[in-house]
Amino acid sequence: MAEFEFETEGVKKTFTFMNRKAPYGTIYALEVLETVLITAAFEQHANIVFVDDGVYQLKSGQDTAAINMKNFSPTYGIIEMEKEDADEDEDIDMNWRIIVEKESLEARGLTTDDFKVDVEVLSAAELADVIDASDCVIGG
Amino acid sequence: MKFGILINEGPFTHQASDSAYHFTKAALEKGHEVPRVFFYYDGVYNANKLSDPQADDRNVVKMWGELAAEKDVDLVVCVAAGMRRGIKEENLADGFRISGLGQLVEAGMGCDRLVMFGD
Repeated sequence: MAEFEFETEGVKKTFTFMNRKAPYGTIYALEVLETVLITAAFEQHANIVFVDDGVYQLKSGQDTAAINMKNFSPTYGIIEMEKEDADEDEDIDMNWRIIVEKESLEARGLTTDDFKVDVEVLSAAELADVIDASDCVIGG
Repeated sequence: MKFGILINEGPFTHQASDSAYHFTKAALEKGHEVPRVFFYYDGVYNANKLSDPQADDRNVVKMWGELAAEKDVDLVVCVAAGMRRGIKEENLADGFRISGLGQLVEAGMGCDRLVMFGD
């Protein structure tokens, strides 16, 4: 099948990534990160959102030795660096936000001190507005 | 309207791929465009040409291939997700091609809507 050629020159959209699952147990958390990083290559805006058990993805001090799974949590540091680079460099037109849902945090007894990256905490209602304002929502 | 489709689950265990197929077919019949369908996570299994369901059941892999041939839909399987799961050129079904995640981001950038099917 012939490859379709999209017109993407000068296109700027907002992608929202909904991280809803615990970091281990399923592969969703790991594979969605790969998509987030590709979004940077296209210099697109992105909201990287953590809700439900997805908030556990950001926990500091993950040790996966006993379950023989790859500890991919350092990747969240790379995402934070991409965001900071974009914030500081005015030549990069890329607005990234790392957002955690307040209700999910509270239900699990977590605070932002538990996390390895800096996050914005939004209520479910505020988060709904963020999702509503985005062009593409990708789940993981 | 121009739709990009993202399929996150494999055939049979989940209905996601069937739903995406029916959505794509209906959209095309209504005169919309669906230039690209992207297969990610276990969705890459939708491109396994060794899939061989019982004769009285639907064949999801073939359904996609036939739709792609008939309507010129670009079916793209994620290379990294495919390699993990053993979906490679050797067992890639007709109508599909393997490429990178950039093809998903491009579909999001180039379509009016990106519709995701999964859990």
